[in-house]
Amino acid sequence: MLPVVSKIEFYLPQTILTTEELSEQFNRDFQLTLKNTGIRKRHIRKLNQIGSDLGFEAAKKLLDNFPEYYSKIDFVIFCTEGLDYKAPTTSSTLHHRLGLKEECGCIDMPMGCAGYIYGLSLADSIIKSENATCVLFIAADIPTSVIHSGDFDMRVLFGDAGTATIIEKKETGGFGKFVFGNDGSGAKNLLVERGSTRSPIDIEYINQYADEPQNLAHGRMHMNGLEITRFSLEKVPYLLNKTLDKNNVLFDEIDLFVFHQASLIILKSLKRKCKIPDSKFYVFLEEVGNTVSCSIPIALYHAELEGKLIRGNRVMLLGFGVGYSWGGTILEY
Amino acid sequence: MNMNIQELLDHIEVEFDEIEKGTLHANSSIRDMEGWSSMHALILIALVDNHYDVLLTGEELKNALTVQDLFDVISKRKA
Repeated sequence: MLPVVSKIEFYLPQTILTTEELSEQFNRDFQLTLKNTGIRKRHIRKLNQIGSDLGFEAAKKLLDNFPEYYSKIDFVIFCTEGLDYKAPTTSSTLHHRLGLKEECGCIDMPMGCAGYIYGLSLADSIIKSENATCVLFIAADIPTSVIHSGDFDMRVLFGDAGTATIIEKKETGGFGKFVFGNDGSGAKNLLVERGSTRSPIDIEYINQYADEPQNLAHGRMHMNGLEITRFSLEKVPYLLNKTLDKNNVLFDEIDLFVFHQASLIILKSLKRKCKIPDSKFYVFLEEVGNTVSCSIPIALYHAELEGKLIRGNRVMLLGFGVGYSWGGTILEY
Repeated sequence: MNMNIQELLDHIEVEFDEIEKGTLHANSSIRDMEGWSSMHALILIALVDNHYDVLLTGEELKNALTVQDLFDVISKRKA
């Protein structure tokens, strides 16, 4: 018996911003924007909702559907780029809000688009080392809170979401080996300025963004889309091959490829570059956009719902982005 | 690898289907293409990488004003 992804749930905030509305607002061609982004709408948090609130809703939904996990969960991992406090850990407050048992470890992981892979590897390791038996891995991100209202390219791309994943031992399936990589020289190309301890928010900053609808109190995201595209096209094919090699698995033995849902331009290009057939390449962008650490679990959930992912399938999961950081594994689902 | 500019023009016309077929020429300005936006720069980087295995830098793309310029920089990188 090996640890495996056993349950996935997700939550999307109720407010929807359509690409049609955005295109109209910025005087862009809607059909062209839709074709290039593949995104029809994204969900936007309420001003008083933060990442852990979305993660809480997803986890609560999962626990409501499967209450037996209240007594089983003995470790919580929370992945986000927007923690509640410097201290205590947000996983700790989430653990309390969810009413989980006291004999339970809690840890935060402030990571972005590769975060889901890192969280899975942590869960896999904790269970394999017999230090826990059932991990609740919550990933939640609110990228729209750090996007300036005038930044069309980012507003059209990103959406907010929360997800909850249970990792536990099952009779069949399991994770293969994980591959990780990092290149901190890419930090400047995707960065939330004034988001934390280095160069914290001051009065000048607050006044500058006083009229911003999302108020940018959590900082402002800057993205060099061209460099992020270059990084993805260079690194992901390498990551794919490295993940196959490390697991002694052949390309044709993968049933489904689920990558971080970065953007349609990047995904289409990677599919072509890596010669992945359409039938094995899963994309879920249209309804939610790029939801950062939530994009892979939301994609897995819908792939299963659509019958494209079934138990026993061999799925390659690749996460990549902010950092730069990247990670990959093969999940026997 | 033998490259010709018509092939590049064809690739661009296929990728950017908002461009009327046969209207793009070697001396056509890239940034004056129908509906050009910052997103198209990303599509162009991906297109060149996919078809020519050349990952252009931001600087190279910025300096390529026409399709001919783009062709020249790809040829130079392939040489």
